[in-house]
Formats: sequence, structure tokens, C-alpha cells
Amino acid sequence: MVSPFAGTGAEALAQRLSEIRARYPATEPEWVADVVRAVLAALEGETAPPDRALLAEVEALGRIIANAKAEIAALQMDDITAAHIPFATDELDAIVAHTAAATEAILESCETLDTVAEGLAGPDAAKLQDATTRIYEACSFQDITGQRITKVVATLKAIETKVAQIVTAFGTRPASAASASALLGEETGLLNGPQLPAAAMGQSDIDRLLASFD
Amino acid sequence: MPIDKSMHVLIVDDYKTMLRIIRNLLKQIEFNNVEEASDGADALAKLRAGSFGLVISDWNMQPMTGLQLLQEVRADARLKTTPFIMVTAESKAENVVAAKQAGVSNYIVKPFNAETLRDKIEKVLGHG
Repeated sequence: MVSPFAGTGAEALAQRLSEIRARYPATEPEWVADVVRAVLAALEGETAPPDRALLAEVEALGRIIANAKAEIAALQMDDITAAHIPFATDELDAIVAHTAAATEAILESCETLDTVAEGLAGPDAAKLQDATTRIYEACSFQDITGQRITKVVATLKAIETKVAQIVTAFGTRPASAASASALLGEETGLLNGPQLPAAAMGQSDIDRLLASFD
Repeated sequence: MPIDKSMHVLIVDDYKTMLRIIRNLLKQIEFNNVEEASDGADALAKLRAGSFGLVISDWNMQPMTGLQLLQEVRADARLKTTPFIMVTAESKAENVVAAKQAGVSNYIVKPFNAETLRDKIEKVLGHG
């Protein structure tokens, strides 16, 4: 893009800056650097060394911002929000759907066994019922893993939001995603889902805590 | 006095698999009169329309959470004494405290087993 800055007269520069501000609210960093270079040239011999040093730093800052923008563009961060994260969340959703279907099939078979057990008597009936009880208990894994995966998806969406904010800050794409925390309700602090085993309270810990209220 | 296992029990969870598991576990401990609700709002409507001796509810549901359901139940003159067990994966101390302050009768952390379910039901119904 051709910089709209040319000429080094102070009044002309001020006039052009006003025009540019009106026409381009989101100014390209390289333009800022151009302006600084032009100002430096215009004030050559009229500014004190500290002023020139400061202006030089502003110019360098403009270059840094321009380089960072180029590097971020080279990283193709749009791909993260447009492809990678949606792919990952879709895969996780598929895992939840497949395990749910498998669990339903297991439960259905287990219910059939229960029906068979009702027609039996003695130790075999008890043994069969004990086995189906263990299967029912084990099937609750699906709820726990589902909640864990939901937490991972929420984390991915939060990353997606942050990436979108970075991309937006560097002017390559408008913001689209709302803040993840803003989407959560009032009970945010209490909706943490399953804890990792090392951090989780067990049933006995919870029983003790509840008993402390009595 | 033995527990009246014919009592009407409402189980609340937005995960239909979990409803199925709890229903089957209740059946194995001889609670057969079980009704299901898929979230807090559905549960509240069923509670207000019917007569239940026990509520077993998940916490993490939308749009009305289990905690909000509990608060609504305790604020309702007709429902406020209904035994209410929270069955949830939320296992932080602040969750237990919040549930207790809202008037929960007992609290079961997922994953749980049939023995824990039986034990908590007996305690809540005054036989533990």
C-alpha cells in the first residue's frame, strides 16, 4: 500500500494528518512510522537530541508493530478459528455421541439381563443382579467423560475467542466471538464440572463436610 | 417403620443416559415409582403438579440448574419439606456448602455406586 504521506513541511504534515485521521480511522502502523520519519526530516536541526531520540523510538515502535502484524499474518491465525478449533470441537462432539450410543446399547442389554434375573431365583439371580448393578454404576462414566469433554470444548472456545481478539487487534478481521466468560451464567464459580482425581473431594470428604453443618 | 418404596420419586438430569442409570439403580433397590425430568424447569413443573416423596437431582443443567431448582423447592410452601438429594460431579467444597445452605438433604458425588445411593436415600428418609 502506498503511504499517503509526502512532503516535509510542518503545516502540510498537520493538514495531511487531519485528513488521514478522517479518512482512515484504523491507521496502518507503517504509516505512523512514515509520519515520524517525515517529522524527523522536517525538524532536522530544530529539535534537541532527546526529542529526536524519542521520535526515533516512536518510529522504531511503529516498525515493531508492523513486523508483528506481518508475522501474525504469516502464522495464518485465521486458520485456528476457521478450521483447527472447529475441527477439534466437532471431533470431541463425535466422541460424546459415539460413547453415548455405546452406553445406551450397554444399558439396553443390561436391562434385558435384569428382566431375565427377575425370572430366576436363588444365588444365580442375586449374582446376575449384582453384575448388572456394577454395569449400571460403570456406565455413569459416560456422564463424567461428557462433562470433561464439555470443559475441554469450553477451553478451546476461549482460545478461539482470544485468537480472534488478537487477529482483530491487528486489523485483519472483525471481532465475532463474545467473551467466553460473558456467556456463562451467575453460577460460574460453582459450575466447575468433574475435578481431576488429585483435586477432587471424595464422597467421604463430602459426608464429613455436610456433617459439620449439623 | 420401613421405608415406603412405593413413594413417587422424581429424578432430574439433562443427560438421558444418567436418568436411565439412576432409574435402573433405584429399581434394583426396589423403588419402582420413578418419574423423570430433563432439567430444573421441567422438574419444578412436575413437582408442582404432582406429589413426590423424594427428589434426586443433578446440579449442572440448563436453563435452570439443580441449585436453582433446590432454591425454588425450598421457597415453595407445599414443596419445601420434600427430601432433596443432589447427585453431581461438582465436588468442590464451595458446592457442598452452597447446596447445604440452600437446604439440600444429602449430596452424592458422581461417579457413585448403588450402595451410596441406597445409603443416602435411607438417611434422607430417616432410616440411616
